[in-house]
Amino acid sequence: MKKNILIGGAAGQGMKSLSHIIGLALKRHGYYVHTHTVYMSRIRGGHNFFQIHFSDQPVTTHSHKLDTILALNQETVDKHKNRLKSDGFVIGDESLSAQGLLLPSKNQAQAINHLKGNNIILLGGLVKAFNLDKKIFLDVLDQVFKNKALDLNHRALEIGYNLAQVKVQLPNKTDDNHMLINGNQAIALGSIAAGLGVFSAYPMTPSTSVMNYLLDHEKDMNYKIEQAEDEISAIHIAIGASAAGVRAMTASSGGGLSLMVEAIGLTAVSETPLVIVDVMRPGPATGLPTKTGQSDLSFLLTASQDEFPRMIIAVKNPEDAFYQTIRAFDLADKYQIPVFIISDQYLADTDLTVDIFKSSHQNNQYLADEHDIDEIYERYKITPSGVSPRIIPGQYNRPVIADNHEHTETGVISEDPINRTEMHLKRLRKLDTLRKDLIEPDFIGSDKAETVLVGFGSTEGAIKSFVKNHPEYCGLVFGDVYPLPLNQLEALSNKTLINVELNATGQLAKLIRMETGIKFDDSILKFDGLQINAEDIKEALYGKHI
Amino acid sequence: MENTFKIFNTDNKISWCPGCGDYSILQSLKQAIFELGLKPHNTMIVSGIGQAAKTPQYVNANSFNSLHGRALPPALGIHIANPELAIFVTSGDGDTYGEGGNHFIHNIRRNPNMVHLVYDNRVYGLTKGQTSPTTDIGNITSNAKEGNKTPPINPLQLALTLGAGFVGRAYAHHRDELKELIKKAYEYDGYAIIDILQPCPSFNKKNTAQWYEENTYYSHHDTSDFSLAYELSGYVNKNIPLGILYEVKTEPFLDRTEKKDFLHKNQSIDIKSLIQDFV
Repeated sequence: MKKNILIGGAAGQGMKSLSHIIGLALKRHGYYVHTHTVYMSRIRGGHNFFQIHFSDQPVTTHSHKLDTILALNQETVDKHKNRLKSDGFVIGDESLSAQGLLLPSKNQAQAINHLKGNNIILLGGLVKAFNLDKKIFLDVLDQVFKNKALDLNHRALEIGYNLAQVKVQLPNKTDDNHMLINGNQAIALGSIAAGLGVFSAYPMTPSTSVMNYLLDHEKDMNYKIEQAEDEISAIHIAIGASAAGVRAMTASSGGGLSLMVEAIGLTAVSETPLVIVDVMRPGPATGLPTKTGQSDLSFLLTASQDEFPRMIIAVKNPEDAFYQTIRAFDLADKYQIPVFIISDQYLADTDLTVDIFKSSHQNNQYLADEHDIDEIYERYKITPSGVSPRIIPGQYNRPVIADNHEHTETGVISEDPINRTEMHLKRLRKLDTLRKDLIEPDFIGSDKAETVLVGFGSTEGAIKSFVKNHPEYCGLVFGDVYPLPLNQLEALSNKTLINVELNATGQLAKLIRMETGIKFDDSILKFDGLQINAEDIKEALYGKHI
Repeated sequence: MENTFKIFNTDNKISWCPGCGDYSILQSLKQAIFELGLKPHNTMIVSGIGQAAKTPQYVNANSFNSLHGRALPPALGIHIANPELAIFVTSGDGDTYGEGGNHFIHNIRRNPNMVHLVYDNRVYGLTKGQTSPTTDIGNITSNAKEGNKTPPINPLQLALTLGAGFVGRAYAHHRDELKELIKKAYEYDGYAIIDILQPCPSFNKKNTAQWYEENTYYSHHDTSDFSLAYELSGYVNKNIPLGILYEVKTEPFLDRTEKKDFLHKNQSIDIKSLIQDFV
């Protein structure tokens, strides 16, 4: 069983809450849920929609065909009715021109003097139409609206429920041991679990909800948030906090990352650990603020002048985002480098059912003990691993220097050519040392398959879903992109390789070719601002009519 | 180590020009932090890039040498992470008022507890004598051969209008007076800025040591009077008042929110209560 519900309307009509309520309630029924958002850069108006895909089997991607459209305006019906399956139907107010369950929701909302109740009445209709558990929806309503207008919401739901008829019978699914969370929430939660001390950022869509989530819990947890005057300040505040010994993170999207570029070099040469989140959106400059893409990989690989160690982790889904964020903090501390977490608008706004996250965590900042360091502390001591023993200012009776010039082991500015050579190599050695901590890409499907779909980050869902129904293909999805893990790639290099990416130039394939000489046989590239799904991959491989 | 300011000395070779005001500022700074009872491991010198920004190399203390213009944001991060560290930001007029102008503005709004020493020689030293944001109209510089045509900013008037609670002006070569001013700035609870006027023998031929001696005086006025402070800050070419120009109590950055101890925190974190929202 797989069902696909679309909720559409103009920005500001409350689709987001509605979609969240439906998603969470379906999860509590025991279904797997995938809620996907398509919105415009508007506070009011425009056409926004959410797609809730749910099943008794794990769901990893969105799909095109719809079972139900919950329409808050006529535009939603007109734009999406062609996507309805033959037995699909619309739920909406009786004033709409559509086929399906049309309820007097606006009149009834007025009758109970609950003007915002229209959505809840339609929700009641949906609960009845799918023969779902009304009690679960009432509980979720209370939770989501924090008990505001509780009686009115309950009445509205009952009204809709009683006006509608059962149209679909779903298989029962009862054991719910999941959570429903989106990518940005998972990154924020991961940073808290990792022991975040300071988060500084400047708002930029689609990264802002990382800060929003952290703000909601700043009072209860032990970290501080600073909204900076610009992204340049944001990253420097985080670097300063990290240099002083707390775990620090900043988050932005491509434009903000562009402003942070010089400071990325500062973290690397001062060997200050830092986690930098890039929630990608397409386009140079302002581009498409509310759309998705994977076009920042090439940029981040070389952002900031000269050569220095960095790590780039592309997160694949909310569960991965949570655990990889914790790992990013660990690796940043262990190797004293900038670690990038790259996500995208699709993941940022997609709620997915995942296994409940581990709740208790230990963090390790890999700080040196006093007996590990000499009387004259060498902050940049040259070591075989490239990693120097790190203490933090004020920790022991020794001053700690952080410097952004080329410097000697004690942090004294130096232009000596021998020192420069040794220091440069010391820092670059960290790239080799951290290879032992790299995670190989996920292999999906059967090794008998002769064609490999290779992607990174959020295309995992689409590749997984496609490979499941097309066993002649297998998938290879990278999380750690840089340094590039090589074992799986080399093992599969004799097969036909197709890269699947949300950019126009095949940035992952370029990286792989650059690092290994392996060339791709074909590519599936989508860069229209929308997330790829299994149907898109199928169409690209087989053409529209097969 | 003997118990004098020399505990703050380093062996690093100083690369300032002979006669540079920076030598005097360095000496006053070391003497001040010594007399304040601070130690190298609980003092933090933060700078950007420029001649003034080389100061951390010449002080035996914790330091963070940041990018050009970017001294204040990491100083803020350090302050949030470890408020126990005594922070002195040392940067020039170009670093602070030019490249870092936006941070200067917003740092005043935040009011973190730190001392900001701006070594203001009204010219760019490191890049060989171009105009700076405080170069006076008519001054001949390496990129304004017919004299600077863009009027300077007045950093202290800017600071005052943004709500700065401690505003001082000093002259570099008056080492004792500067030292005492640095100590008072340190004792101030909040952001304390001292704009330190200094000659640049290499590139500023107008604002020489003799010129400063002739055109400055120590002002003894009601330092809580905003209008007077604003007026006095306006004198930058003659009758330049030195000392504390303005000092009023303000609410420091970290007092505005609940106090938190980020360092030495329990290394185990439980997020069970947060997960509840998602199940």
